Amino acid sequence: MAKFERKGKTGMPAISTASLPDIVFMLLFFFMVSTTLRETELFVKIKLPEASEVVKLEKKSLVSYIYIGPPARQYQSLFGTDSRIQLNDSFKTLTDIRDFISSEREAMSESDRPFLQTSLKIDEDTRMGIVTDVKQELRKASALKISYSARRVIHD
Amino acid sequence: MADIAFLLLIFFLVTTTMNVDTGLARMLPPIADSNEKTTQDVKQRNIFTVLINKSDRLLVEGKPMDVSILREKAKEFIANPNNDPDLPEKEVKQIDYFGAYEVPKGVISLQNDRGTSYSMYMHVQNELVAAYNELRNELARSRFGKYYDDLLEDQQKAIQAIYQMRISEAEPKSVGGKK
Repeated sequence: MAKFERKGKTGMPAISTASLPDIVFMLLFFFMVSTTLRETELFVKIKLPEASEVVKLEKKSLVSYIYIGPPARQYQSLFGTDSRIQLNDSFKTLTDIRDFISSEREAMSESDRPFLQTSLKIDEDTRMGIVTDVKQELRKASALKISYSARRVIHD
Repeated sequence: MADIAFLLLIFFLVTTTMNVDTGLARMLPPIADSNEKTTQDVKQRNIFTVLINKSDRLLVEGKPMDVSILREKAKEFIANPNNDPDLPEKEVKQIDYFGAYEVPKGVISLQNDRGTSYSMYMHVQNELVAAYNELRNELARSRFGKYYDDLLEDQQKAIQAIYQMRISEAEPKSVGGKK
């Protein structure tokens, strides 16, 4: 006959931690792969407008960014609260856009240059005046492919 | 070993940003040569004018309109389903998969003020793009029984040829006021 013994007070056996490094490594690789380090610090506050018909921007290497929005709080004493243009890591003016685009072109390989796309990240409270000016500058620099950056929302 | 892994894990956890950049893709018109003025004459019935003023109000075809019905109006204009003489003309073209098809020739002209807010401008842009996308989807459903996004590249091209996105933005005009 089977004998059932109770070995005193054993309680729950301790969980083996031998597989813990495996789990941690798995997570580590996941985050390593999915990480994109933010390369530019934003000096302007940008709340993107919402849109439902947005498309994804393919090939990040072909995209250059122009940020337009009111300066962040710590820069407001210097630059005021009116919308400003940020290119790379500093506040710029309209006339700098052409140089910016040509330097972005230079940095790309020759075969990619016709596919240069400019993503306009513009705060939703910005007035169209500055946006129109920027668009005119882009036309002069013949950077005609643009994308108005927006957050995806699904209505209905 | 596990300590280092943890350290790295936490570092990447903190620095991860998984945002995908999305937006409305658009082509700007090439800059017009000032020497040769190429003014294209387009018939009045083929133009759908959308004006946005500085207080974000819409004037569509000379009449004030709420942005919520802009999409329907734009769709009606682009497709011209009843061959209305006030809506755009159609031109018979040979198109793959469709054969001879009456392609509407409408152009949407969008004009804004310097004082228009960017959010309103994007809202209008979005509605106009949505009008084209809905029409393309409807055509794809009726012809191929599939959504536009699920079609083959050739089929998408054929539909694009019928409903070609023609949103023209007028050369900026400075109207009154300074700046």
